[in-house]
Amino acid sequence: MSARILAALAGQPNCGKSTVFNMLTGARQHVANFPGVTVEKKSGHFKLGGSSCELVDLPGAYSISSYSPEERVTRDFLLFDHPRVVVNVIDASNLRRHLCLTVELLELEANVVVHCNMMDVAERRGQKLDIEALAARLGVPVSSGVGRKGQGREKLAAVMTQAMEQPPKDEPFRVDYGPLEPHIRAVEDVLAEGGELGAPRRWLAVRLLEGDAGAMAFVGEVFFDPVRLGALVAERQQAFGEASGESPAAFAALARRRLARNLAQAATLKAAGPERTATDRIDDLVCHKFLGPVILVAVLFVLYQVSIVYGYKLTNYTWPLLAGLKNFVAGYLPPSGMLEDPVLRSLGLWFMDSINALLNYIPIFFLLFFCVAFLEDTGYMPRMAFILDRLFRSYGLHGQSTLPMVLAGVYLGGCCVPGVMACKAIPDDKSRLATILIIPLMNCLAKVPLYVLLVGAFFPQEASAAMFFISTVTLFMALPIARLLSGTLLANLDSAPFIMEMPPYHMPTLRNLLTRAIEKVALFIQKIVTVVAAVAVIVFVLLQFPGISREHKAVYQQRLDEARGQLDAAVAGSRFETALTGDGLLHFLRYEDAYKTARTGVEDAEAAKAVDARFRDDNPDFFAILKPRADAAAKTAQAGVKAFAAARDGITLEMRRERLETSFLGILGRALEPVTQFAGFNWRVNAGLLSAFAAKESAVATMGAIYKLEAGGNDNASLEDSMRKGEADFTPLHALALMLFMALYPPCMATSMMIKVQTGQAKWMVLAILYPMVLGIVVASAVFTGARLLGLDGVTAMWSFYAVAVAATIIAGLIPHRTPGVLPVAGNACPATPTP
Amino acid sequence: MDRREDDNRTHLGAIAPGGQCTVARVGCDGCLGQRLGDLGLVPGETVTVVRNAPLRDPIEIKVSGFLVSLRRCEASLVEVTAK
Repeated sequence: MSARILAALAGQPNCGKSTVFNMLTGARQHVANFPGVTVEKKSGHFKLGGSSCELVDLPGAYSISSYSPEERVTRDFLLFDHPRVVVNVIDASNLRRHLCLTVELLELEANVVVHCNMMDVAERRGQKLDIEALAARLGVPVSSGVGRKGQGREKLAAVMTQAMEQPPKDEPFRVDYGPLEPHIRAVEDVLAEGGELGAPRRWLAVRLLEGDAGAMAFVGEVFFDPVRLGALVAERQQAFGEASGESPAAFAALARRRLARNLAQAATLKAAGPERTATDRIDDLVCHKFLGPVILVAVLFVLYQVSIVYGYKLTNYTWPLLAGLKNFVAGYLPPSGMLEDPVLRSLGLWFMDSINALLNYIPIFFLLFFCVAFLEDTGYMPRMAFILDRLFRSYGLHGQSTLPMVLAGVYLGGCCVPGVMACKAIPDDKSRLATILIIPLMNCLAKVPLYVLLVGAFFPQEASAAMFFISTVTLFMALPIARLLSGTLLANLDSAPFIMEMPPYHMPTLRNLLTRAIEKVALFIQKIVTVVAAVAVIVFVLLQFPGISREHKAVYQQRLDEARGQLDAAVAGSRFETALTGDGLLHFLRYEDAYKTARTGVEDAEAAKAVDARFRDDNPDFFAILKPRADAAAKTAQAGVKAFAAARDGITLEMRRERLETSFLGILGRALEPVTQFAGFNWRVNAGLLSAFAAKESAVATMGAIYKLEAGGNDNASLEDSMRKGEADFTPLHALALMLFMALYPPCMATSMMIKVQTGQAKWMVLAILYPMVLGIVVASAVFTGARLLGLDGVTAMWSFYAVAVAATIIAGLIPHRTPGVLPVAGNACPATPTP
Repeated sequence: MDRREDDNRTHLGAIAPGGQCTVARVGCDGCLGQRLGDLGLVPGETVTVVRNAPLRDPIEIKVSGFLVSLRRCEASLVEVTAK
């Protein structure tokens, strides 16, 4: 026996394939993409007989034609990767439909074993199946089980081994195509001249007659005379069409479906009764005219509450872990300096901060992915699409666009990364891309601090109204934009028909939910964190360099020396003079920092005493300065050190400001002023906004750093106050323009990367970054300059803009799409893709 | 109903919720025809229209014991005989 056996798992959507996959492989899974497409390729390993078996989970496909990437991937894998055995998972309660794929797999002459999954559902419906009869009719081994409960693993492994040890059948499975048979034979005869083509000849002949684009492309590559073959096929297609009045494609598909129906009948001892199932009864409520939308809102609200609100609370517990990680790393970096930290230290800390900012979201992501997996597994998602499709379709979106938008923050607070990931479920290329492109316009958690800051500082009277404005206006901007994009840039993309199975409701298993949530979090870490780490270094350079000139540095150093002189004079002659001399002062400052770190979070009096004792033992002199109590000399020393520390803080703040002003980012901010002045942004705002590219939270941090200085470096003043003081000529109108720009801000790095991962093409990522920038500056300028010219104040401008956005949404919803509906005999409803 | 058989010939989009019909012909091929067939809309099959979505479109149908939802414009391509 060979060292490793390659096996594949194939099945239609909703056959419970992933539960069978998990049942066979356990937790040892590897997720990647099939080459060239964004279809996920999941593989896992398990022991089969005495050898190791690699199991590839093929995407769910209804049939093996060339219409969807899932179908093409399945076909190509079966033809070209030669799996030793193909496990065809079918839903035991819906044999008639699921056997259609079985028939096609057998036509491909794959070494198939059939696994009847969901036997419990069939039993509940009152169905009785004859597994032996099915095996006899199909001529392949058949096993059965309940994947969700892990039942049937041994039986399935046994039939897999049996199938592998069987010699190839002399008489392969055949579908009787009746009047099409002579034509099939004619095409087969010509194909036979080409020798071994790498695909079953009969299958290829049928597919060619059906006009399958993939089969055409395939013979174009491997057959020596494709022109003659093409002419023969066209001639035969026409002859058949004239004789029967039907296209070979429709006829052949029908023949296979009839066969599947006969097979299902032969294997069914007792059919399901006509009585209403639990799914029917649940749907009566969930899809109800009035109740349906109410339940939908309730579900979304709970989802939001659990993942975003509780997830955010959870980060309170995980944050100390991340802070601990940072401190741990900081311990190995060069120690801090008196005025400036060594570059390695500041880079290391910056790096850790950037990574931690993302890792901090993991609890939220985990809960979010868990909840989404729950909704997916129960079968609620297609219902959601059913209820909302009509509404979203007007804007070129899809019923399934709801969930991504909610995850990204349709009201206030979400995250675009899971939003973009959830777009995967949208089965239509065009609506999926339209959704992905408007996701960054939603209000993610990171945009909120800036809103809160600006509303607090400039709309204190109408704070809640202003928050409502910015939370809802984003949707009224996103919908018209989606309509615009789908009518222009996305107009030529494939649009799939909206035909969706509404699967029976299931109770998901905890294990499946956890597996899926962990899988997605792992994908996030794998794909995003590495890139963000690399970009963080670039942003660091932009923020830190070229840096402060040597002359200025000398001036700062001189001021520091003066402060040092005062301290030295204060402690001269005291017993602390030697301790604080030379590098002693720096050591003391580090000692003080270490003490503060050690005492953080220590509330217990005993533990605090222990920390004190440790530091006292370590350096009694330093500890005396830290805690002078009644010691007069120590008190003087402490006052001197405090005065020095304050002076040092002032100088470092000024240096930081100068470094930012002269940094590449500051230079860029100034360079952009001529453009951004129409939106009311000065260089400081520009620098803040530019730094938000790394992560939107940085906008507030950078502006905070700048404004604190403007307000005299007073740490106690709130950021709102310092911002008002720092921007004396800033009006609510400035704030409005800034909020709108932030609402339309390009996606953060993590989201951009996820857009590239999900679309498989960098060009969509570039578009997703560029168009919001242009749009943002246009909208902000129009509002700012327009309101100035009209003499509107901030609040009036705000509600006028709201009215305009709502009007645009209504108008965009009413504009008919260029291709209303689908044309009858729609050969072009889904343009066939040229080559697989 | 005592109308002639031909008068019962209509399309799936025209069947009211609760109504039953038999698929006569699927008036499109290509991807759409394939999908409709994949989900059980095959000539001779009995279809029950279960309900409209809250905004009247799409519709939910039951075919061979399973629920499928599709938009009205796609449903209108499925020729059926009303029961």
